[in-house]
Amino acid sequence: MDGLTLLGTWIAALLTLCILSFLYKDNPFYKFAEYLFVGVSAGFWIAYNYHNLLLPNLIDPLKGAFVVLLLEGRLDFRWLTIIAGLLGVTMLFRFFPKAAWVSRYGIAFSVGLGAGLMFIVYLQANCIYQIWGTVKLSPVVITEGPGGQHFDWPTSVSNTLLIVGVVSALVYFYFSKEHKGVLGSTARLGIWFLMVSFGAAFGYTVMARISLLIGRMEFLIDGWLRPAVIAPIQGALASLGLL
Amino acid sequence: MKFVRWLADIDRRIIFLVIAVAVVIPLLLPLGMRVKVTPQTESIYEEVENLPPGSNVLVAFDYDPAAAPEVHPMALAFLRHCFTKKHKVIIMALWPQGAQMAVSALAEVGKEYDLEYGRDYVNLGYKPGGDIVIKSLGASLGEVFPKDMAGEPTAGLAILAKVRNLKDIDLVMDLSAGDPGIPAWVRVANALYQRKVAGGCTAVSAPQFFPYLQTGQLVGLLGGLKGAAEYESVLAYAGKASRRMDAQSIAHLVIIVFIIFANISYFILRRQREEKREGPRTGPAASP
Amino acid sequence: MRREIPMIVAFVAGVTIILEFFVPALRDVASQIQKWYLVVIAFAILVGAFNLLRINYMKIRYRRADWPYSFALIAGLFAMAIIGIGWGIKEGTVFDWLFNYLIFPMSSTVFALLAFFVASAAYRAFRARTVDATLLLVAAVVVMLGQVPIGSAWVPAWWPDSLVFLTPDWLKDRIMNIFNTAGQRAILIGASLGVVSTSLRILLGIERSYLGEE
Repeated sequence: MDGLTLLGTWIAALLTLCILSFLYKDNPFYKFAEYLFVGVSAGFWIAYNYHNLLLPNLIDPLKGAFVVLLLEGRLDFRWLTIIAGLLGVTMLFRFFPKAAWVSRYGIAFSVGLGAGLMFIVYLQANCIYQIWGTVKLSPVVITEGPGGQHFDWPTSVSNTLLIVGVVSALVYFYFSKEHKGVLGSTARLGIWFLMVSFGAAFGYTVMARISLLIGRMEFLIDGWLRPAVIAPIQGALASLGLL
Repeated sequence: MKFVRWLADIDRRIIFLVIAVAVVIPLLLPLGMRVKVTPQTESIYEEVENLPPGSNVLVAFDYDPAAAPEVHPMALAFLRHCFTKKHKVIIMALWPQGAQMAVSALAEVGKEYDLEYGRDYVNLGYKPGGDIVIKSLGASLGEVFPKDMAGEPTAGLAILAKVRNLKDIDLVMDLSAGDPGIPAWVRVANALYQRKVAGGCTAVSAPQFFPYLQTGQLVGLLGGLKGAAEYESVLAYAGKASRRMDAQSIAHLVIIVFIIFANISYFILRRQREEKREGPRTGPAASP
Repeated sequence: MRREIPMIVAFVAGVTIILEFFVPALRDVASQIQKWYLVVIAFAILVGAFNLLRINYMKIRYRRADWPYSFALIAGLFAMAIIGIGWGIKEGTVFDWLFNYLIFPMSSTVFALLAFFVASAAYRAFRARTVDATLLLVAAVVVMLGQVPIGSAWVPAWWPDSLVFLTPDWLKDRIMNIFNTAGQRAILIGASLGVVSTSLRILLGIERSYLGEE
């Protein structure tokens, strides 16, 4: 482990412990790490914003267009990027209360564009495809086997349950009519399907959170304690002839 | 009864300590249990296997360090698989820290293969905007990414010579920790441009993507650490995810034991409360 | 006009994207405005960063609660931004080092804390009080068991195929592929109908909250 890596590993370990100390109770070490985390994350975003966005998608095209104008005396299509820049600059007017309304141009452009695309893609991918995925299921599945055709009951049962589950859960989300009678019973069935899926989601959530903890514990043991604490101590003891 | 009350009011820091121990012990003393590979994982493996060598695979790193223990092993395993099959890997990110995660992944995997940047793989960097970025890729990859992550022009890169837009991509693999991530790629790359989309995601988000599996909008899904361990397993190597599954097993068992104990104490105390409310059982003869 | 023109901008931008699907001639225009979007978002990110700085500057200036920690935030923000912009962001740079040894451990540890809280929540709140709660609890336990190797480790090799439905692995697969898919699909369809209608309301100028109006 070279010096920079060793230093980095120690800093990473101390910051990890600072944050874990919150488990005992809120304390200044945790607070320091929390604020530092927010700060460096924002700084990270600014740097990426500059290198991966402003430079290649705004500054460079305008620079290129300016060079063409100077050398060849003609305007090329890259000058259009200036409209994007102006729309972007309007966003900064949010900091000036009297002129904050100017920022509406940039916001309206991005919200409008997003709304246009979302209208299409949500309708297609999440509505039509999902409805079609349910409608195309057959509750009675007959398959060809060695002894001729036979009723494939596991697939038939799972298809039926899937259709019933989707319809009943959708009925539960239908609030325009009071959930009474058949509607009420169907909605009740829908709740059960939703409860099982929330339970499954909880099981997966537990898995996710534990995985993250495993990652940090693994770092503390294999990334820090063993190479950056135990190994140097063993090395020092060995050099003193104690090991 | 005292013990039951103690169970019901246990200090949360004791729970924290038990969880920490349950995670640390298997890391120190691995059990070496193997995971069973699910069809969702197998289908991603088959998809990569069946592509002819030199196919264009777009890998989107849409996660940050917070999801790294789960998703990063998937990234490593998937990149290894692509490089072994000699596919061209085009990396991009809809999350800023994803581009930097790709740097770490390439630093680790890249040295195992004879690869040339710009010919075998490229890291295009980060663009914000989710669905709209993907939609823009449908028109032109070069116009969205005139420069790569490090600021080098992409125009002369051999890997992009035959990739004009999303339609030239043979498979999209999205490594996702939320939105923008798998839903955005399914909505745009699959629904609008009919590209094959596979996904690897955190376990938290995995359940919401099962409907996409059933319709075929997703060709496969690696869900959480288990998904990563499964992919390592089909590639026949023991990576970090496989090693972490032992700790995952023990921690799950401990939480299930917690839930069982908590429910036992809840039912005992509830019964006791009900008995108190009803008064002592004296039998029908003693009642007035 | 401070309200109407932005609404027209939103309408034109959104409708252009929609019409592009039906009028191929609009493809170039749509492609151009999509590229503009990237630049606008870049400025939105700057607004967020400036706002964070402003809030923390005010915190220090008026000595609000926890104000000394704001120095760490501001120092971290400037250090990361200046080093990244000045010396680059690629592999092997100081920026990459800071990402690996500062952002990486802090980001992943903050989220790792949730493991403890989710365990504590499972212990304190997960009670089989009603039928609904019991269904949720049983599904969670089966999925937790089915997801890890130890859940099926007790199933011996001779376990008969006819009793496979008693194994957590089998049950978990059914829960995920049938019940979870059904529930999540209903949520997906419901939520997307909401998105579609909100998008339409925005484009038609009925929904104006994004302009800062009620």
